[in-house]
Amino acid sequence: MNFSEKILGDAVLVSAAGRIDLSNADAFKDALAASLAKAKKALILDLSGVDYISSAGLRSLMIVFKAGKTEGKAFGIAALQPLLMEIFTISRFNLVFPLFDTVQLAVEKLAPGSNAS
Amino acid sequence: MKIVFWGTRGSLPTPLSGRAVRHKIVSALVKGAGQGLDTAAKAEAFCDRALSFAETNTYGGNSSCVQIDTGGSEYLLCDLGSGAREFAVATLAKHGPARPQTYHVLVSHVHWDHIMGFPFFVPAYIKGNRVRLYSCHAKLEQAIRAQNREPCFPVEFEALGADIEFVALEPGKRYDIAGTRVTGFAQLHGNDSYGYRVESGGKTVVYTTDSEHKPEDQAEMERAAACFANADLVIFDAMYSLAEATSIKEDWGHSSNVLGVELCQMAGAKQLCLFHHEPVNDDEHIDGILAETIRFEEITRVGAPLKICAAYDGLVIEL
Ligand SMILES: [Zn+2]
Ligand SMILES: [Zn+2]
Repeated sequence: MNFSEKILGDAVLVSAAGRIDLSNADAFKDALAASLAKAKKALILDLSGVDYISSAGLRSLMIVFKAGKTEGKAFGIAALQPLLMEIFTISRFNLVFPLFDTVQLAVEKLAPGSNAS
Repeated sequence: MKIVFWGTRGSLPTPLSGRAVRHKIVSALVKGAGQGLDTAAKAEAFCDRALSFAETNTYGGNSSCVQIDTGGSEYLLCDLGSGAREFAVATLAKHGPARPQTYHVLVSHVHWDHIMGFPFFVPAYIKGNRVRLYSCHAKLEQAIRAQNREPCFPVEFEALGADIEFVALEPGKRYDIAGTRVTGFAQLHGNDSYGYRVESGGKTVVYTTDSEHKPEDQAEMERAAACFANADLVIFDAMYSLAEATSIKEDWGHSSNVLGVELCQMAGAKQLCLFHHEPVNDDEHIDGILAETIRFEEITRVGAPLKICAAYDGLVIEL
């Protein structure tokens, strides 16, 4: 799994790529938590490069999503590949997380005024 | 080895409502219109060809009771939910009450949906029958006796005619029961619960209900997968969605279809049977969950394919 982070004004945009499973879910969670701490208003995840996520990875997302809620920070996931969208739907996490078709749409909605480009 | 499902619903028996029956009839009549279905044989063929499981059948029904039939003369059951009554009726119809039988039951735990069939388990009333109740759960005898006692039930446990014995099992230890080898294992569930791995004639079935799994806990996942290792069939608590089990229903003691697939993949199991269905889910909903689980297995498959089915009252699986 690759992980990178970009500050966009009040939001932090995180991009992940590769597989997220039991072997790296903890590291993924810690990296997301660190990014959340830097975000003033919103944490936005660009998962367009992720081709597989297991239950452990989904749980990592859940924990950071909950932490964001407690801190009053918005959380959004953008640009899921069709296969990943299926995994989110089958596990019903599509009903839990705010999902956006593109990073641009997520930024406009969760951190208006920040520049996604 | 043959597995017969007598009760498959979680938490409490869930009868099909009259409204649901009518919905099935209306839907079938509309789909069959103009198909020339003027004989029962033609209508049966149409049902098989053109209608879904939810349109022609129901998942039911009764709470947990599963029979493991190895062809031996003594019976082996897992749990005594309300499905045990149907099992008893069918068995007595086969043998008649005059011919004594031996019934062995592996009990997962003593939540009511898993023992509520015992007061209606007719073989326990008949002198000459032997009933052996096994569990790793420490309170099995206490719970069964308390259930057959005023003010909950008018027939006291002591008045039951059969020779009934409670047998305590130790998790991780292997026992010979009804011609099979049985190993119990502890599960994560409020007030404790135990799964059973049953081996006979080169086939293995794992009965694992009322069990929560923590996907982030590698050691726990590996321990569970080891209990399912190379099983021919895993009967799995798939009551909730993964999202529910990870959020609002975390620590409620149940698991999901997604974790069933992941654990069976880790374990190299051959078939996964979704079990202990959530009472809120109707037949169409469970049909949908089954289709999604089959798809999830396809898109996450690593080695050999894992077969997926959803348990319903009356399902028979030959291994
Ligand atoms: Zn139960
Ligand atoms: Zn229970």
